[in-house]
Amino acid sequence: MSSTDHAAAVHQVHRDDYGSRLGMWLFLFTELILFGGLFIVYAVYRFMHQQEFHLAAQELNTTIGLINTIALLTSSMTAAMSITAMQKGNLRFSKWLIWVTIGFAFVFMVNKYFEWSAKIHHGIFPGSKDLLAKPDGEILYFGLYYVMTGLHTFHVIVGVIFFLFILRQIKQGKITSDRYVRLENSALYWHLVDLIWIFLFPLFYLIH
Amino acid sequence: MAKAAVPVEKLEPSYLDVSTNKYKKGILSWILSVDHKRIGILYLVSMMAFFCVAVFFGFLIRLELIAPGKTIIEAQMYNQLFTLHGIIMIFLFIIPGLPAVFGNFFLPIMIGAKDVIFPRVNLMSWYMFAIGGLFAVASMLLPGGSADTGWMFYVPYSVRTTTNVLPALTAAFILGFSSILTGLNFITTIHRMRHPDMSWFKMPLFVWSLYATAWIQVLATPIIGITLVLVGIERILGVGIFDPALGGDPVLYQHLFWIYSHPAVYIMILPAMGIASEIIPVFSRRAIFGYKYIAFSSLAIAFFGSLVWAHHMFTAGMSDAAQFVFSFITFVLSIPSAIKVFNWLSTMYKGSIKADPPFLYIMSFIFQFSIGGFTGLMLGALSVNIHLQDTSFVVAHFHYVMFGGTGFGIFAAMHYWLPKMFGRMYNLKVATWAWAIVTIGYNALYMPMFVMGYLGMPRRYYDYLPEFQPYHVASTIGSWILIIGLIIMFTNLYIGIRRGPKAPMNPWGGETLEWKVQTPPILENFHEVPDVHAGPYDYSKYEAKKETTK
Repeated sequence: MSSTDHAAAVHQVHRDDYGSRLGMWLFLFTELILFGGLFIVYAVYRFMHQQEFHLAAQELNTTIGLINTIALLTSSMTAAMSITAMQKGNLRFSKWLIWVTIGFAFVFMVNKYFEWSAKIHHGIFPGSKDLLAKPDGEILYFGLYYVMTGLHTFHVIVGVIFFLFILRQIKQGKITSDRYVRLENSALYWHLVDLIWIFLFPLFYLIH
Repeated sequence: MAKAAVPVEKLEPSYLDVSTNKYKKGILSWILSVDHKRIGILYLVSMMAFFCVAVFFGFLIRLELIAPGKTIIEAQMYNQLFTLHGIIMIFLFIIPGLPAVFGNFFLPIMIGAKDVIFPRVNLMSWYMFAIGGLFAVASMLLPGGSADTGWMFYVPYSVRTTTNVLPALTAAFILGFSSILTGLNFITTIHRMRHPDMSWFKMPLFVWSLYATAWIQVLATPIIGITLVLVGIERILGVGIFDPALGGDPVLYQHLFWIYSHPAVYIMILPAMGIASEIIPVFSRRAIFGYKYIAFSSLAIAFFGSLVWAHHMFTAGMSDAAQFVFSFITFVLSIPSAIKVFNWLSTMYKGSIKADPPFLYIMSFIFQFSIGGFTGLMLGALSVNIHLQDTSFVVAHFHYVMFGGTGFGIFAAMHYWLPKMFGRMYNLKVATWAWAIVTIGYNALYMPMFVMGYLGMPRRYYDYLPEFQPYHVASTIGSWILIIGLIIMFTNLYIGIRRGPKAPMNPWGGETLEWKVQTPPILENFHEVPDVHAGPYDYSKYEAKKETTK
């Protein structure tokens, strides 16, 4: 973009898609660092209690984790496809793809619900007698498990809310084939949610 | 100043008269406004209110310490007061002080833009600030008593105490969010909204310092966010994370806390350094010396400042190698700060200095910041640190940098820019007297703390041995002088804003863009952006005049 284009975009039309995306990327950095803090805590405690993290990890169900991983990865694809559909002017297909993305998010959350309730059923939840009877490393492992997957699920919910707003704005005609930066930004956010899960899955389920 | 010969301009309605929303007048036309200038004023008003409260708490703490034993308040109350004093001063005054007030108001004008790039996000970040402030107030007023942990919320005490730690944590978390949004907005604005002719090295240095600050805000604040959330979760749900009873490691909390909170002191000081770089050339009538060095030293401070956090924890338990590395980087970090100080002094050399109040405050800033910086190096040296850790020497060092540095930077900015913001001039003579009283009171307040800290007075103690009393008395008397000075200063500024003579467009003779727009500025700042090819500190006309008169 030459400097004159830049001036035109900023000073007359009051619209700067590049700027909006830049702002979104900066926000995503902050999210990465937010989770980065948790990853540091995880790394330190894993280093301090290797045996116990190893044992505790075996209590998680890898199959459910895998299904969730597939669901989120696929939803990232449908989110990206909905942008392409929007660019090509196919609003209906774009909306349909967003609904599919939201559908995968629900698959993820339902799975998570069953997973957590199974854990709670087995007496593994913060403050429970069964958990406190375990060694320190396992208490820390499950504490982190609940906090990190919980915070991630919170982000999934926020992502769904973003997409619901996007659907509404498509209906209102505020998002069109030449004005879709909000859809792009929501999809960027969704990819972040996906990306963080890609790290959470091996850290909790796969490293034995 | 106001009498200076200015052609009587025909003034257009300013941003103070023109509302951006459907409410023409009244509070709603302010708190729903997305105009960057009005949001800056919103921050100014709310920030000053919190500042006065925190000064009052500081006054009570000093009064309590005038004699050993109980003087006016109980020990528990004392703990709560220094906690609140810290939380309010840090999260509600110094961090938002310069970026959110003066950055908001002047950043777009200085780069030739009509507003920041995300005006609604800007307003949202003020709301976050206000809500965070309300939580801080709630933590004071709710039953249970306000937090007594110190502003650092160290675990395990912050998990165990029965006081209102949770509202205080929530306040700090929300205020962090507000700070992130402001930083994000500024970075994007500086990248995308600069006037096409304003290249990176034609930006005023205040903008450079805001840019470096904004990166720290964006990259460091999330760490404190998640850390405070973890402490909150630990308190509410009993999840084992930092509590040693559940296998957690309190030292890890300290690391995470300082990973943010050390860079945070650069969020506080960098914009003040930017103010100094603006004011010194204007009042010396000289182009700034070493523009690029000052600009890059801001970025260097932002970068190295992120790598020194553990120097707060030399006695907490760390490997010798880690201590050595953190101490070394701490010393490296002093280089960019020193570069700035030397460049400021070189700018003044052979300048035609006009000692108006903004310049005087900057002189105090340099003096006090240098003392704060040197004592910081003493604390950064491993052997000395063992002796001085957790004494009032640390308190003195911190206040010399944060109050003597940033606080005075804010006062300088007020005296420099308030006439522009409100279109009226304050009384210069009174302002000069206020400056003298504030500076004397300030140094009388904190200088004794260095001495008694060196002699072994611990920080945060309610009671002390009688041999420390002379220093405490001196310090408390200093606090009274300081407060008298502050009252004179704020009253003078307030009367100036309300009833002072009309301020001209360019009362100080500045060359940056904000002095080339109307006083007070119009709604979208410019009809046409003036020529920016000459750069922000072009004093060649003054320097040429001096040559000919020689």
